[in-house]
Amino acid sequence: MNMKLGDFISSAGFEIINGSGNMDTELSKVFCCDLLSFAMSRNPAGSVWVTVMGNVNTVAVAVLTDGGCIVIAESAMLDPSALEKAKQQGVTVLRTELPVFDAALKAHKLIVDK
Amino acid sequence: MSKTIKLVYEVTADDFTRAGEASGDVKSKLKMMGVSPEAVRKVAIAMYEGEINMVIHAGGGRIDVEISESEVTVVLADKGPGIEDIEQAMQAGWSTAPDNVRSLGFGAGMGLPNIKKYSDFMDVKSQVGAGTTVTIKVLL
Repeated sequence: MNMKLGDFISSAGFEIINGSGNMDTELSKVFCCDLLSFAMSRNPAGSVWVTVMGNVNTVAVAVLTDGGCIVIAESAMLDPSALEKAKQQGVTVLRTELPVFDAALKAHKLIVDK
Repeated sequence: MSKTIKLVYEVTADDFTRAGEASGDVKSKLKMMGVSPEAVRKVAIAMYEGEINMVIHAGGGRIDVEISESEVTVVLADKGPGIEDIEQAMQAGWSTAPDNVRSLGFGAGMGLPNIKKYSDFMDVKSQVGAGTTVTIKVLL
């Protein structure tokens, strides 16, 4: 029911925006939310967080909640300041052209519903 | 942990780029001290919410953190506009955040409710026109 971040990255085939996270991080859940006010209290530790919100605070919330990685769906943009913060903090950020649901479903099938 | 550790942070107004640095710093210090992940997460979330509130509403402020063997106390003090009706502000969904803040994904009226949810003790003292002090305790 878990998958290492490194294995997830190679299996999912999403674009790697920042790959400086710990590849041995255990991913166990998929979480979808664009409203940071909610994500802050709900993003589970070790999650694949699928969102279209690519600002610097998305990265801050991922760090504070011990999220496993961020997946930016719909080919949405990641702000330059967010990328910089992700590099500093070692937060893996991936991107896909898939809509939020499809990206999350793909992650769910890889990690949870194998 | 045999002694109390005191930390002070200054929060800058309207600087969303730096918001989260203070809570991130406390989080990594607690982790290094071997505090349980559950307690670290509670402190990080509650403190980040307070920090964001200061950035959005209060023109910044000061955060004092005290870490003892048994608890973490976070005091967030600002000289902002104050809260007229604290009971109303504590209700999930009640928000006075401007549109630019909402477009960043904040301002859903979950700040104070989230702090309450993730702390073991919370106190809000506020005076309109003078400022607000939020005290949070998380037991270790």
